[in-house]
Amino acid sequence: MLPTLPRPRSARLVSTLYVTAFVVFLFAPLLTVAVFSFNDSTFPSPPWQGFTFDWYVSGDGARLGLLHDSRLLDSIFVSLRVALAVTILSVIVGTANAFLLERKDLRFRNLLYMIMLWPLVVPGVILGISILLFSNTLANIIDDLFGWEIEWLRPGLTLVVLGQFSFIATVATLVISARLRKFDPTLEEAALSLGATRIVAAATVTLPFLQPAMIGAAIIAFLMSFENFNTTLMLVGSDATLPIAMYGRLRQGSTPVLNAVSVVLILSSAALAIAAVALSRERKA
Amino acid sequence: MSAGSPAAAAPRLGLILLLAPAALWLGVLILIPLSEMLYISFQERVAPRIYQFGVSNYLEFFIEQVYWNTFFRTAVISIVATLLTLVIAFPVAYYIAKLARGRNKNLLFILCLLPFWVSELVRTFGWIILLRETGVVSRTLQWLGLADAPIEFLYNDAAILVGLVYTSMLFMVIPLVTALDSLNDSLIEAAYDLGGNAFSIMREIVIPHAMPGIVGGTIVVFMLTLGNYLTSTLLGGKNSLWFTEQIYNQFITRFNWEQGSAFGFLLLLLSSLIVWLGLKLSGQTLAKSLS
Repeated sequence: MLPTLPRPRSARLVSTLYVTAFVVFLFAPLLTVAVFSFNDSTFPSPPWQGFTFDWYVSGDGARLGLLHDSRLLDSIFVSLRVALAVTILSVIVGTANAFLLERKDLRFRNLLYMIMLWPLVVPGVILGISILLFSNTLANIIDDLFGWEIEWLRPGLTLVVLGQFSFIATVATLVISARLRKFDPTLEEAALSLGATRIVAAATVTLPFLQPAMIGAAIIAFLMSFENFNTTLMLVGSDATLPIAMYGRLRQGSTPVLNAVSVVLILSSAALAIAAVALSRERKA
Repeated sequence: MSAGSPAAAAPRLGLILLLAPAALWLGVLILIPLSEMLYISFQERVAPRIYQFGVSNYLEFFIEQVYWNTFFRTAVISIVATLLTLVIAFPVAYYIAKLARGRNKNLLFILCLLPFWVSELVRTFGWIILLRETGVVSRTLQWLGLADAPIEFLYNDAAILVGLVYTSMLFMVIPLVTALDSLNDSLIEAAYDLGGNAFSIMREIVIPHAMPGIVGGTIVVFMLTLGNYLTSTLLGGKNSLWFTEQIYNQFITRFNWEQGSAFGFLLLLLSSLIVWLGLKLSGQTLAKSLS
């Protein structure tokens, strides 16, 4: 039961084996994807045909590598732009929400908090379709009343950004308000009694205190946006984000270029994950 | 001090400025769209571009066998996947929280988190390469002489379950580790000294203490599986019969938004109902389970 209590050897062996098997289960799919990105075959399947970097660098038409696959590269840039917009919006709104939730004079504070949590409970597909419905109605009303065709209210990247933001803002709010709750309000009071205005006190005392949480929230928001599929699927127009483009390829059956792009994703997520973990360590220290 | 004086107006202005982003976000992107979805689900088409209020979209759901079956099937598979995730994750969480020590403990915890920073699409792609007819598992079995012909492991319920359990693992492990970490070791030691065995200590000390984590993890995993689209459609193929796919088909393929809205609302209802039941049965609150 505990290292301090006597444990039979067999129990120790079983638990070690179980955890090892679990870790293998966790990493098997990722390792498989990575290994077959170097396979010299046009299908991402065994048998092993020899080692190659073609699926990363080849410019040959039938074996187009990632660096020359302009459709995949375009979708990466689309995803980066979307993720950047979602991140900025989410961190700004999340910070404002954190200050709002900390105000003791706010009536209906608990109700507001419950509503803020709600987007995490609603399935992503439903957030997507409801925003699609509403923007479509809005576009039709504007068209009927003024005869204006508002392009960004139709499926496209603006709606994708709004759809992803609708639930990522909750995550940013949770991360930033958890930090603000630990803030010692006497620090801000000290700034105020030394003559700072409320805005100056917030900018020079409170915001720097929140900065690690804001960066942490930004990293999480960026990743969640970059990887989002469910909500995006319902709102995407002609510009595909990377997950949408990859999904299309997967359904058609693709060359191992899909493995190559996956490896790039695995490495960059791992880098961001390590950055986020290091950041939270620093915060605790 | 009257409300109109400048000193009182300043904080009020600040409050309004702080409230504005939240109100816009929740109003324009959550509350109004969901209300509209509910409204549209009660619209039935009587002639081209002419609609009237009615419940025919919901009737359709109960009359047409395939919709009802898909809904029920999605719920059952989600429940099974959630329970499997709990059963598989619990020993691992216990190992991390109570048996592993120092560096080992941190390393193991981070190892458990890492795969989930990678896109769900990449993870599902990995399972496809492993499980398909020409895939790694099938080839290995043939090579070992355990099978004489390629075996298709994809496109059945077991494949969907493997994918769903895999995808959900993180959301179960973290709350469980957090809950188990807060259990004081001396309680287990005391129970042991008083003659408890592994089974009774688990049942009477560990599991009751871990209940908040168990409920939190179960609720989050259930919601995520029910709303899942990628794993179920890619690993289940044409036989997946997953409810979110049904919603997608109504919206994007058939362009029947009224029917799709009704389905969307039913899914939301089922999801909320089960979350609510889980919270009621365990006496937890949503805010506590999510944090």
